Amino acid sequence: MTKKKVVQSGVAMAVSAAVLTAAAQRLVQPKYMADVVEGNLIADYYKSGFDHDVVFVGDCECYENFSPVTLWEKNGISSAIRGSAQQLIWQSYYLLEDTLRYEKPDVAVFNVLSMKYDTPQNEAYNRMSIEGMRWSKSKADCIRASMTEEESFLSYVFPILRYHSRWNELTAEDFRYYFGAKPNFFSGYYLRADIKAAENVPEGRPLTDYSFGETCWEYLEKMRVLCEENDVKLLLIKAPSLYPYWYDEWDAQITEYAAAHNLPYLNFLDEKRIAEVGIDFTTDTYDGGLHMNVYGAEKLSVWLGEYLSEEFSLEDRRKEPELAAYWLDICVRYHTEFEKQKENLRIYGNVKGIPEKEEENGTPKE
Amino acid sequence: MLFTDSAFIIGLVVLCVTYFLIPKKFRWMLLLAASVLFYAYSGLSNLLYIAATTVSTYFVTRKLDAMAGARKEYLAAHKSEMKREEKKAYKEAANKRRFRLLVGLLVLNFGILAVIKYGAFAMRNMNALAGLFGNDNAFPIPQFLLPMGISFYTFQTMGYAIDVYREKYPHEKNIAKLGLFVSFFPQLIQGPISRYDELSEPLYAGNGFQPRRVLFGTQRILWGYCKKMILADRILPAVTVLISDPEQYYGVYAFLGILYYMLQLYADFTGGIDITIGIGQVLGIPLAENFERPFFSKNITEYWRRWHITLNTWFKDYLFYPLSVCKPMLNLSKWSREKLGKTIGKYVPVYVATIAVWFLTGLWHGAAWNFIVWGLMNAVVILISERMTPLYEKFHAKYKWSNTRAYDGFQAVRTTLLMGCLRMFDCYRDVPMTFKMFSSMFTSFNFHVLWDGSLMKLSLTGWDYMILLIGTGILLTASLLGRRGSVRKMVLDRSPVLSCVLTVAMFLAVLIFGAYGIGYDSSQFIYNQF
Repeated sequence: MTKKKVVQSGVAMAVSAAVLTAAAQRLVQPKYMADVVEGNLIADYYKSGFDHDVVFVGDCECYENFSPVTLWEKNGISSAIRGSAQQLIWQSYYLLEDTLRYEKPDVAVFNVLSMKYDTPQNEAYNRMSIEGMRWSKSKADCIRASMTEEESFLSYVFPILRYHSRWNELTAEDFRYYFGAKPNFFSGYYLRADIKAAENVPEGRPLTDYSFGETCWEYLEKMRVLCEENDVKLLLIKAPSLYPYWYDEWDAQITEYAAAHNLPYLNFLDEKRIAEVGIDFTTDTYDGGLHMNVYGAEKLSVWLGEYLSEEFSLEDRRKEPELAAYWLDICVRYHTEFEKQKENLRIYGNVKGIPEKEEENGTPKE
Repeated sequence: MLFTDSAFIIGLVVLCVTYFLIPKKFRWMLLLAASVLFYAYSGLSNLLYIAATTVSTYFVTRKLDAMAGARKEYLAAHKSEMKREEKKAYKEAANKRRFRLLVGLLVLNFGILAVIKYGAFAMRNMNALAGLFGNDNAFPIPQFLLPMGISFYTFQTMGYAIDVYREKYPHEKNIAKLGLFVSFFPQLIQGPISRYDELSEPLYAGNGFQPRRVLFGTQRILWGYCKKMILADRILPAVTVLISDPEQYYGVYAFLGILYYMLQLYADFTGGIDITIGIGQVLGIPLAENFERPFFSKNITEYWRRWHITLNTWFKDYLFYPLSVCKPMLNLSKWSREKLGKTIGKYVPVYVATIAVWFLTGLWHGAAWNFIVWGLMNAVVILISERMTPLYEKFHAKYKWSNTRAYDGFQAVRTTLLMGCLRMFDCYRDVPMTFKMFSSMFTSFNFHVLWDGSLMKLSLTGWDYMILLIGTGILLTASLLGRRGSVRKMVLDRSPVLSCVLTVAMFLAVLIFGAYGIGYDSSQFIYNQF
């Protein structure tokens, strides 16, 4: 064998190994299309036009409680949610940092519930928050800050190292969406049209220490400084989720911080504000008070839209043709999905349109 | 650090590329640096032990060589003046001094090994003994962290020192090079135990890049990873389940446990050795083979010639032979012939040496009674088997069908099962429990577990069983093909494209079907614990 042929064989072998690995990696990576659809929210942002007045960062209390479509339809505010399940504060920070690489919104809204978690929590949620991010220093930092003990950085670089064991769990979905996910979401919002009234919500158990952890304060401060440096106004909110319990002691700390730094803070659990917004916990939540359904989210967004327009002087942009066209597509899909879920509820009793027996056998979503 | 750690794999790739890029004269230094780094990763304090072995061995072997040189010089200078008896007496006196020095080195190094590895075991037994006299916990139990590969590098280095004492070859003059011989990183996890005269030259040479060799080395590495990560680590949870609850898993389960454990042990140990030898091959450093299709052995003696070859040859060369011809043994031989008669008397020294070697082999594997009993049981089976050799020969001469391939197969299965039963001591790590589980195979006939779905409750799914079956089939096929020569060479000679395809296929197989990452308990290499 000549030297040239040896080199050619080596290169061919390396390239084919790399290509096949990449192909296998794409196949075994979860597609988050039929189940745990929130897994796609973070990546979905990059399909947007990067022209948002408001960007929400936070956990499920963000992506299930605020409807960007309503903000657009009522107030002409272009917004996006960069939220995922149990999104930790440093993940929100790095997602905001990542967002600022693409655009400079006028307002960043941060939901403060994640202040309760001072350490990495759950690998599955980490994956959903991080894997959808495009590669950047922010993503690398986010991984390093988020990893639990059992995780490795390398498995984020090469997800096949994490998902290889899915080879025997592959479904038609993995092949159907091999080359890309269908547009499922509505600027980061997760639409649910079902209703489950909040009943018997447990009171919070007394804690030995109500102080937020140092890491959380560090990232909240970093987020504030980041916004300040980029001329983005930071709005702190606590969404109207009844559970996990939001303690008065926690609220006092956030209120104090906001006041000290001249930041607006809206606690939507405040009874007066709940009445103002018009939230009815018997009809506006789909899981017994943990998250708003679309009815609750729309009410909340109507109120917030007015607030954002007034307090931050956000202009109505519905007359901008390009932006209007972009939002029209989202709005159409949003209303179609809304109607579909209502129809499914009527026929099958669930939003996914799964016949009752199958749903019983299905594994419940976290 | 394990071979399966991502840091090791990345480091290995970087090392191999760097090795071939730097000038040849620096290559052994790179290997030394990598070995030190690799060892330091297991704990900085561990470096002290390996450094102590290297330094003590260097100075003692240097002195041994100097003394041998001085003896030769003196004898040459006084050749004409000295009588034969005087020369003999001088030689004996000089060798005695050298021997004492060697013994000092052996005591120091095996002493370190004994204290660290066996200190706690010895004290526990002393306490048990003292307890019989009403003196509980009389001796404190020392707590040492076992430095990685201490048994392997101590045996390898002491083998070198004994060879220098025997004047088989001169000592290594460069202490750093000796350090590399002692600590060459691929060998530290589970051997093989190399010989200086075979390893030193390619280790220090700074070998050039040879594509064919690199390809074969890479294939051997990947084959090792396939064995370790697809088979050994996949079946590990089932072995753990089976041995963790003997009250539930007896009878047929115990038999299954033997089979599962044999597969795990074989895939784990040979997989690790394949990775080691493969790394050596990529770098142009041939390492000693440690296995030669042991499960095709027709009897236990043959099995031990094919399993962990380098450890067994070490014991043979440095313990069994010297023990067989040492003065006390010769005296014992003489005494036994006189007292017990010629027939029995001639076997006594062989039996004593065999039992001593297997006692130490058992002890080498672990500081626990189950390993000692395991070693002694091996000795018993080997000695009985050897005593019965004339009977076997008569049997084979009388019955021609016993010389067929089918009978060879029967013998191989019989040996495998026999070894599996002995491995129960290793597996259950409790002597009474081992006997209990062994007897349960003949008293509890719970065959229903084979088809009532119980096998699916051993932390293995149907997919796992499928992979294990296919993997074991491939392993067996490769072993059968390997009897005709190197399978890698056969494939490359037949079709270079097929060789490349198989390389990529092995890489993908490990990546996809390997039992690693979250959800799997990636395990230590079993022999790393010895």
